[in-house]
Amino acid sequence: MGEKVLMKGNEAIAEAAVKAGCRYFFGYPITPQNEIPAYLSWRLPEVGGVFLQAESEVAASNMVYGAAGAGARVLTSSSSPGISLKAEGISYIAGAELPAVIVNMMRGGPGLGGIQPAQSDYFQATKGMAHGDFHLLVLAPSSVQEAVDLTIDAFALADKYRNPVMLLADGMIGQMMEPVEFTREIDPETLPDKPWATNGAKGREKNIINSLALDPAELEKHNLKLKAKYDQMKEEEVRFASKGLDDAETVIVAYGTAARIAASAIELARQVGYKVGLIRPITLFPFPEEIINQTADKVANFLTIEMSTGQMIEDVRLAVNGKKPVHFYGRTGGMIPSPEEIFEQIKIIGGAKE
Amino acid sequence: MKEVAGKPAALTDKPFHYCPGCTHGIIHRLTAEVIDELGIREETIGIAPVGCSVLAYEYFDCDMHEASHGRAPAVATGVKRVHPDKVVFTYQGDGDLASIGTAEIVHAANRGENITTIFVNNAIYGMTGGQMAPTTLIDQKTKTSPAGRSRELTGSPLKISEMLSVLDGVTYLERVSVHDTKHIIKAKKAIKKAFEIQLAGKGFAMVEVLSTCPTNWGMTPIEAMKWLEENMIPIYKPGVLKDIEDGE
Amino acid sequence: MVKEDIIFAGFGGQGVMLMGRLLAYAGMKEDRHVSWMPSYGPEMRGGTANCTVIVSDKEIPSPLTSKADIVVAMNLPSLLKFLDKVKPGGKLFINTSLIEEDVARDDIEVIEVNANDIALEVGEGRVANMVMLGALINKVGIVKMDTIKSSLSDVLSKRNHDLLEVNKQALDNGAKLV
Repeated sequence: MGEKVLMKGNEAIAEAAVKAGCRYFFGYPITPQNEIPAYLSWRLPEVGGVFLQAESEVAASNMVYGAAGAGARVLTSSSSPGISLKAEGISYIAGAELPAVIVNMMRGGPGLGGIQPAQSDYFQATKGMAHGDFHLLVLAPSSVQEAVDLTIDAFALADKYRNPVMLLADGMIGQMMEPVEFTREIDPETLPDKPWATNGAKGREKNIINSLALDPAELEKHNLKLKAKYDQMKEEEVRFASKGLDDAETVIVAYGTAARIAASAIELARQVGYKVGLIRPITLFPFPEEIINQTADKVANFLTIEMSTGQMIEDVRLAVNGKKPVHFYGRTGGMIPSPEEIFEQIKIIGGAKE
Repeated sequence: MKEVAGKPAALTDKPFHYCPGCTHGIIHRLTAEVIDELGIREETIGIAPVGCSVLAYEYFDCDMHEASHGRAPAVATGVKRVHPDKVVFTYQGDGDLASIGTAEIVHAANRGENITTIFVNNAIYGMTGGQMAPTTLIDQKTKTSPAGRSRELTGSPLKISEMLSVLDGVTYLERVSVHDTKHIIKAKKAIKKAFEIQLAGKGFAMVEVLSTCPTNWGMTPIEAMKWLEENMIPIYKPGVLKDIEDGE
Repeated sequence: MVKEDIIFAGFGGQGVMLMGRLLAYAGMKEDRHVSWMPSYGPEMRGGTANCTVIVSDKEIPSPLTSKADIVVAMNLPSLLKFLDKVKPGGKLFINTSLIEEDVARDDIEVIEVNANDIALEVGEGRVANMVMLGALINKVGIVKMDTIKSSLSDVLSKRNHDLLEVNKQALDNGAKLV
């Protein structure tokens, strides 16, 4: 531990899950996340865990539902079309209040779409994962090291809230290699007991893992309990990174891969005197509303950069709450914006030049 | 005083919600008696389906996990892989297992998951109000086959047990019925064997139980028992479809 | 040198990804910031494979590059695809064993390396990539040749460890060319 290794994002996430004490993986192949199951197919047996390739994403997410209910730290991973199929299990996992971690290495859509990097599942991840009144906690890494750190955090957050957590990245984060360090390792034996798990009612009342509540009054109570968890996440779990906000006239809001490219664009812009800053949401749900709202008091305008036709921008606008204009630039379908394209947008919206 | 009849410990005191004459109650009881007799109530995790027996998690007094429609074998797989030393069973109807959940049951069986499946076949969707099931008989009238099931339109009754019996992962598969005492006794023996096979770590075991639905068949309970015997049994023949130990 | 963006391109089987990984790995060993971004998907099977490597003294913003400081073209389709990607004043390494065409740009420096021929002289046709990398390192620096060599055993898959020495030889012979 503590030694730098050069790893692909997907493999690093897989190893991070093992380091987080995850011993169970259920999944189904899909590009561009195949290195995750491939890695865990040999790595999990090495640590006494179970890797199982399911017959479908639907089955995989329901195996996760079973394993999570049985008290295990459990992972599944997929990419956009596969996540749509996993939605069923994820809704049940959220309803039954189980911890689980789901990785989505986004690719272009809708439908079969393409296999190149995209950020077009933002709405799905943060707002409309599946039926019912629920949210995932959504973490968006922008480097391989951050993917490792957030994967380890994801398991802890899932346990803390008994709620599914999604690591939302894209083919670029999954496929690229960067140096990473693993500084934490959790022995699953040392994790706190889960007294609600289905592991045999030995000397206790039986446990039931369930998302059915036929009495609407009872279900409403359950929904409000879930909402209280989401409110607590908003209080305690908001994460973001920012740069150059002190003197910024224009602030770019971007996450994940788009934020990396935006950072290059900001370097170009700053070289010629444009005062541009960056707010990079790390949690997409809960969304860093407050920093954006506060920043709106100081800057001239915002520019949201996404690899979609505009999804997160809705949350940026809600956070800015009409205080300042919020502009948008995006490429989609697997196209990645270049720093130069973003720089052009900075010039168009008139970021003040010294 | 000696107690000669009583509720099995593996059943809660909650009264069943099942319709009068429905045989789910019998099958629940048989399963619970087997759990008691094997002394595994505190080791057992049951997976409830979606369908009439969706509330099975309230009736069995062991750890229970309520699955989504058809996915009980996948949920059971997740539980069993985490707790290979525990006993895991699924309890599923014909809509759940033979329609929406065909992929999950086929692959769980083919993997030889060391679980036990109780498959209740009453040739109709009960919970949603009497629609056609894949197991509905030809010419059987349901809410969605009002003129009787047509082979041209919807194919033939699905013999899922016969299908599953050819899979290498299946250790034991028997079809039983609960329309009379003789068959009920046989059904219990089969269920017990299906659990014993799991306890011995021998792989996937399933018992298909032919069952009645007087409400949605539009019959009295007694007529329903008779209808099962005369109409279902010729199509779904009771018997051992696979038993690796007997070389079948 | 603050930051170098390098694109390696060739056809599948030329070890283009490996060249990039070896450079990135060596950069990491020298405590630099590095990133390695491959092309992926069916495009790789169809012909050209490529990867972008960035080695920098600072945190790397975008792991992709619009204009590279250096492009390494191991075959003609790669040259045609990436010629425009070389920054004005940048460097283009071409594998003249497989590319006979003249380069139609005069604002860049072109370094010609007959990588396959040299590899055959070393006695192993598959190490043309290392010949090219040797030339690149000797010409541009970026990382030390020793670091590249000492990284080989970590980056090469175990089943190819019998080729460690011939890879080192190829690096040296490539270096001598420039």
